[in-house]
Amino acid sequence: MKYETQKVALPFFMVAMALFALQIVFGILAATVYVLPEFLSEGMPFHIMRMSHTNLLIVWLLIGFMGCTYYLLPEETETELHSPMIAYVQLGIFAFAGAAALIGYQFEIYEGRHYLEQPLWVKVLITVSFLMFLFNTSMTLLKGRKTAISLVLMLGLWLAAIFWLFAFYNPDNLALDKLYWWWIVHIWVEGVWELIMAALLGYLLIKMTGVDREIIEKWLYVIVGLALFSGLLGTGHHYYWIGTPAYWQPIGSIFSTLEVVPFFAMVVFAFYMFWKGNRNHPNKAAMLWTLGSAAMAFFGAGVWGFMHTLHWINYYSHGTQITAAHGHLAFYGAYVMLILGVISYAMPQIRRMQPYNQMLNMWSFWIMTAAMSFMTFTLTFAGVVQTHLQRVLGMNFMQIQDQLDLFYVMRLGAGVVMALGTLLFLYAIFGPKEEQVPATANIDATAD
Amino acid sequence: MKDGLTKAAARNIFYGGSLFFFILFAALTIHSHWYIVNVSTPEMPDSVALGKHVWEEHNCINCHTILGEGAYFAPEMGNVWTRFGGRDNPEGARAAIAGWMRAQPTGAPGRRQMPYFDINDEEMDALLDFLEWTDAIDTQGWPPHPSG
Repeated sequence: MKYETQKVALPFFMVAMALFALQIVFGILAATVYVLPEFLSEGMPFHIMRMSHTNLLIVWLLIGFMGCTYYLLPEETETELHSPMIAYVQLGIFAFAGAAALIGYQFEIYEGRHYLEQPLWVKVLITVSFLMFLFNTSMTLLKGRKTAISLVLMLGLWLAAIFWLFAFYNPDNLALDKLYWWWIVHIWVEGVWELIMAALLGYLLIKMTGVDREIIEKWLYVIVGLALFSGLLGTGHHYYWIGTPAYWQPIGSIFSTLEVVPFFAMVVFAFYMFWKGNRNHPNKAAMLWTLGSAAMAFFGAGVWGFMHTLHWINYYSHGTQITAAHGHLAFYGAYVMLILGVISYAMPQIRRMQPYNQMLNMWSFWIMTAAMSFMTFTLTFAGVVQTHLQRVLGMNFMQIQDQLDLFYVMRLGAGVVMALGTLLFLYAIFGPKEEQVPATANIDATAD
Repeated sequence: MKDGLTKAAARNIFYGGSLFFFILFAALTIHSHWYIVNVSTPEMPDSVALGKHVWEEHNCINCHTILGEGAYFAPEMGNVWTRFGGRDNPEGARAAIAGWMRAQPTGAPGRRQMPYFDINDEEMDALLDFLEWTDAIDTQGWPPHPSG
């Protein structure tokens, strides 16, 4: 850690990780209802659990992105942050808004649009906090060195904020509502968030592989170009069956198929730089998360996305457990793993300890990744069975769900293992400092 | 990477190409907006807007799906009107859906429980209008079966 203000990231990481843990708690509760349908049906109905689960994910990823940005920006711009105070205040506002929404949900206070359930005043607070964040980081960028990584990162964050404004527009016409709803949901996760992801990936690779910045940043522009060229019109794969014109079927099929390309490029990029690099960075855990994120994002977002994106397949699979399987692995691979990677990289430096003993962290990597993969497989099998019974044979929804019990039991098991992996990660990151034993005797202890 | 491509060229392709595809996407969205309002969705009486509000107020989307989007935990509602026979017998379907909702939770052992929602008669009428209206959206033939 070269700059004093980088430590601003610490409270962001702590809040993000606390919300991550809570997200998994709600996930396990909801998965339990799939297995034991009467579980908490009076106290906390399923819709509350699920909404809490998804909202916590979005909020902690955003706070995580903020923490990552505050950590890398001073290094990239070679200057201290504009104002640590603004950072702490906007974190306070964001965390308060998120907590208020979560508590309100338990008392049935919500707006009831998918993922945008937050009451209006919570949405306003989130906007205010995000604008303060953008002001703070943009001022830092303006006074410092402008690298491709920091420019792409800031562009991604600004665009995320701009498209978020569609959350305030809710047409009475359901089809119109859906048309613009995807301008937030799709454009975020399959568009501008990929800019954030690629920039963070590029940062980690520069730091840990020692490959020349010129090469990494050229790759970065190619990747984010591929992401937006495919991702914008790729929104069409959500416009097949909601009252939109038929031309979205070819457009959505073609461009969302191309959405696999930037994810493939990111895997090639990450592994190529890893092999090309000559720096033997001591933080093995952070390197593992970095490579793992690129690989799992390719499978979760790329392969699992492609699996049901062609319109003549989606006609049968749309809105089944296939979608749930894809959603879980894509978010985990692309965004969760990458933020955990940045945290793994940054925390030893923020805590001023050497990243030697990272075995626990690497164990948590394998446990969490295996659990999420297993969960994805069980949901995929459930989805295939459901698709056949419901969409080909035309059977009744509730009868089919009874036949998917086995998959839901296995999914719950995977969720419990995921929770164990998460606890291990949190302990590895925030727990007591390990005795510092060099993994290999000749590693330069001051390398970063 | 390829020697021919410089970082500046990659950057310019990124900005120029993204702008191009954004304009294309925005133009098609504007056309789709026009298409939805004028072609694929029926006239909207005020009660449909109220019904959509009731749908949102009770967070239906976090168990059900509507036109395939939602929580996959409970049945599809985009075509529930068809499933309850509303296209042949509207009065029968209205009574059946309202009666079904008012009978929740069923308490049937081993079955997913839908909560009881306090919905007055005017709201229930509006919700049914909303579901009937949604069922009439031209969805390119989706879903394949009335089962949703």
